[in-house]
Amino acid sequence: MDTEFINGSFDIQKLAEELEVAVASSVLSIARNQSPSSQHSLVLNPEHAIRAAQWLRDQSPERWDFLSNVTAVDWPAEAVAQRQKEMAKLSQDDAYSSPEGGYLEAVYHLYSITRGLGPLVLRLQTQDRNQQTTLPSLTPVWRSAEFQEREAFDLYGIRFEGHPDLRRIMMWDGFEGHPMRKDYVEPDDYEYEPTPHDEVLKRSQDRMNQGDQPKVTS
Amino acid sequence: MDEGLKSELQKAGIFTTTLSDLYNWGRSNSLWPLQFGLACCAIEMIATSMSRYDLARFGAEVFRPSPRQADLMIVSGTVTKKMAPQVVRLYKQMPSPKYVIAMGACAISGGPFKQGYNVLKGIDRFIPVDVHIPGCPPRPEALLHAIMTLQRKITQDTLGYDRRKEEEAELVASLPVPEHGPKDLSPSKHDSIWHAAPSRKVRT
Repeated sequence: MDTEFINGSFDIQKLAEELEVAVASSVLSIARNQSPSSQHSLVLNPEHAIRAAQWLRDQSPERWDFLSNVTAVDWPAEAVAQRQKEMAKLSQDDAYSSPEGGYLEAVYHLYSITRGLGPLVLRLQTQDRNQQTTLPSLTPVWRSAEFQEREAFDLYGIRFEGHPDLRRIMMWDGFEGHPMRKDYVEPDDYEYEPTPHDEVLKRSQDRMNQGDQPKVTS
Repeated sequence: MDEGLKSELQKAGIFTTTLSDLYNWGRSNSLWPLQFGLACCAIEMIATSMSRYDLARFGAEVFRPSPRQADLMIVSGTVTKKMAPQVVRLYKQMPSPKYVIAMGACAISGGPFKQGYNVLKGIDRFIPVDVHIPGCPPRPEALLHAIMTLQRKITQDTLGYDRRKEEEAELVASLPVPEHGPKDLSPSKHDSIWHAAPSRKVRT
């Protein structure tokens, strides 16, 4: 085994530069993680994401051969603005650009079984939250992405182009909306709760103010 | 029969009973549960059926993989809205007389997922439940207690034609399996099955 990789860490800056050489303009930026874990992530350009993924799996010195996790994040415009404000407070040059009007983000966690490294975090950002929500599917590169990309499609509404079988996986066919989005409105079927708190407390107070009996049907 | 006389006869080694008692004794001690589990409560149900807790002591260890051969449905775990129609369909496929135990917080009310978007707020919205077990998940002792409670309930059954029971069976058979709507099940409950708890004042 290459002694360079023994301690389980890798240099993401170096990796980004190598990737940039191999696949031109594939890395948009490095999103720095300020917490002690320092799990920085690569923000990839969706246009070149497939080729970048193939390079990461087959040609990169680390050999990212195992995709452990795919998830998604909803970034409404307010959340983006909030993040930019917090980033501005930090003096480092780690603010990464993203669509201003909010976007959806698919997050991939990669490990290298060959070298014992990981995780490498990849992020792919859509152009906005409602119209242009298409991203390239990485299922052709890492087969284990299949179900988890379906889940991200089901709950967030990211359309993965090139996915072999993009259907809902958690909710039923015919379900409307994407329930993990921040602006998802649940059906109003509030029920009496003996110990309401947070949002449920607010809803029960709203009911009281309307002079309603707590509604027990859905 | 006079209880005193029955007791006197028993002392003399003569046991008397009624056909109805005998029938219910047999039925309550040979419950055949439907073999399916929905969530973590199912793990407790499995533990109950294994040697340490030994559900066989109560005659209810013959878990059947087909609804046609089962007379007890233990709803063990979270019933999601996606799963609910299948659970109701299985219930409808069981032959009468049939019984239902709703096991755990999720099965009786939705539990911690009650205010979510994807979990049914209690299986008793669609099928009549005989015994509810609270707990998250309930321990095997709680399930054993529920089985014993159900057995006591069965001993109250009458032999032959029972108008109330027949009407209930007809009602259940006539109700449709709920379908998936755009956000919720349609219907979201059967009004003739589910009786809401009387509404109470919300603490604010």
